[in-house]
Amino acid sequence: MTSTVASPAPDGTTGQRRPFANRVPDRAFNVLSVVTLSIAALAILYPLYFIVIASVSDPGAVVGGRVWLLPQGFTLDGYERILGDAAIWRGFANSVLYTTVATAISVSLTLAGGYVLSRRDLPGRRTITFFLVITLFFDGGIIPRYLVVQDLGMLNTMWAVVLPGAVAIWNLIIARSFFEMTLPDELREAAQLDGAGDFRFFFTMAVPLAKSLIILLTMIYTVWNWNAFFEALIYLNDPDKYPLQLVLRNILIQSDIASTGNLTGDLESYAETQRIGELIKYGMIVFSTLPLLAAVPFLQKRFQKGALLGAVKN
Amino acid sequence: MTVRATAPSSTTAPIVATAPVGGVSATPAAGTRSYRRRRLRNVVRAWQLYVLLTPALLYFVVFKFWPMYGVQIAFRNFNPVDGFLDSPWVGAAHFERFFNSFQFQDLVENTALLAITNLVVAFPVPIILALLVNQLTSMRFKQFTQTVLYAPTFISTVIVVGMAFVLLSPRSGLINHLLVLTGSDPIFFMAEPEWFRPVYVGTTVWQESGFNMVVYLAALAGIDPNLHEAAKIDGASALQRIRHIDLPGIMPVVSILFILAVGNLLNVGFEKALLLQTPLNVSESQIIQTYVYQTGLQEAQFSYSAAIGLFNSVLNLALLLTFNWVARRFKQNAVI
Repeated sequence: MTSTVASPAPDGTTGQRRPFANRVPDRAFNVLSVVTLSIAALAILYPLYFIVIASVSDPGAVVGGRVWLLPQGFTLDGYERILGDAAIWRGFANSVLYTTVATAISVSLTLAGGYVLSRRDLPGRRTITFFLVITLFFDGGIIPRYLVVQDLGMLNTMWAVVLPGAVAIWNLIIARSFFEMTLPDELREAAQLDGAGDFRFFFTMAVPLAKSLIILLTMIYTVWNWNAFFEALIYLNDPDKYPLQLVLRNILIQSDIASTGNLTGDLESYAETQRIGELIKYGMIVFSTLPLLAAVPFLQKRFQKGALLGAVKN
Repeated sequence: MTVRATAPSSTTAPIVATAPVGGVSATPAAGTRSYRRRRLRNVVRAWQLYVLLTPALLYFVVFKFWPMYGVQIAFRNFNPVDGFLDSPWVGAAHFERFFNSFQFQDLVENTALLAITNLVVAFPVPIILALLVNQLTSMRFKQFTQTVLYAPTFISTVIVVGMAFVLLSPRSGLINHLLVLTGSDPIFFMAEPEWFRPVYVGTTVWQESGFNMVVYLAALAGIDPNLHEAAKIDGASALQRIRHIDLPGIMPVVSILFILAVGNLLNVGFEKALLLQTPLNVSESQIIQTYVYQTGLQEAQFSYSAAIGLFNSVLNLALLLTFNWVARRFKQNAVI
């Protein structure tokens, strides 16, 4: 015990000279860190909480700065309008469709690719990995990629949203590390002796044993795809095909730019639309974020595992 | 039955033994030719693996390497009929135009300032948070802070920017109500150019610190607890243990994440810059990437914008390689 500490803590000597001196600063440090972290947690939670209570408060009270801890003048007008809006529901449906298709494609490609790259006996494994890693460091850019998507005739179709980001190299690395760590070579050799080819081994052994990896990848890609907006912004021009995030951007961000720019204009005629507009904005944030945030406690553990798996490689 | 009957009993054993091993044992005698043949046979034997890999490879070829190949339009006058390869060659004309344009200096300045401010402010925050969380003695509070700080990872950039617009609104926003309560004038955060960078960096810290904090916590969990126990016995304070055990312990991860952050310095957060951009703050919020988006996709100047994008990518790569080299010199973990 004492021998291990000598090397990593060269300051040990100063500590030894005053063995009890650490008590007080340690407690102070503990209090300080609890306070700091509480403030940090509050900085995350309070804005979210405020948005929730503002979304059900009288817009006048919100604008007047009278909403702090509890909703004022409870109203569900905002949600009524949101839930009654066709464009929002269409965006929601589009997002569900794109996210499902994209996640199914991404998980399949990543799983199969990661498995193959985990095979040390794969001829050319180093070369292939090298070429894949290049894409981490150099990118053709938005414009050439746009032209490729155009060439493929995918503009303004679901595929332009679903395919260009299908495989993330980090997830491929996560999948590869997972298979390297969990599938012993002996298992495969035994299966080979029994006459199972690579297809058969992958589908009947590797995939069923990778359930936790599949869940992890599904969650990563689902969150990613659900939150994506840029592909839709540049590749789609038909508002009927917009995913929720793009609808949100137009409501939350674009409209506010207009109002910021028009503040010098006639406020009276805008008053009512502004009032309702604010309510709708708060409601939209809740409407689109709540499903994911409610799942955080469940998602968190697996995501952390993923962070670990990704780090193991390095 | 009949086969076994006809075969001489003395030879059955060797045949069985050599059949599977034959291919391998034959090689030492022959030279490179048979090595090549054996390699080819291994490739053929692994055909099912290549089939499994093909969809992923196809993705990289089509959506990563094809655009890399297409980046040559930066040196051509692209027109859709001639495509990447046959559009007329103009050499460095687009680069010259960009370097001589009046926006060039502003764009480079805005990009560099935003990237550096963002890195300097947002990079250390998750490290500090992780070190603090790691020292917590109450497991429940530890779990609570981790979950809360991690939560924004799941919130989309659109929503985070939308929240910023709503909460920072000069008339109805929470922050401005607080400002008015403390007696100052409301600030037009989204309309005043000088507020663009603070808002950008602030939202980055709010949204992304939790994710990296978890990565650092994972690294901290890998540190041998005996080191802390022994240091405590020797009278080391919490700060001393952080300084001499935790920090050195997570340095490899810090170094890797730092190099990757630098390598992405000019790319990351471009979407957020675009979302935070308003006609009123454009003088500070126009960075190279948003300019590429504007000239390329909104004004359809494909070659010119591709050249600007290429300039950005090359700059990025140069930064990455430089810091990777520096990390190697200081014997820290390098990425490549």
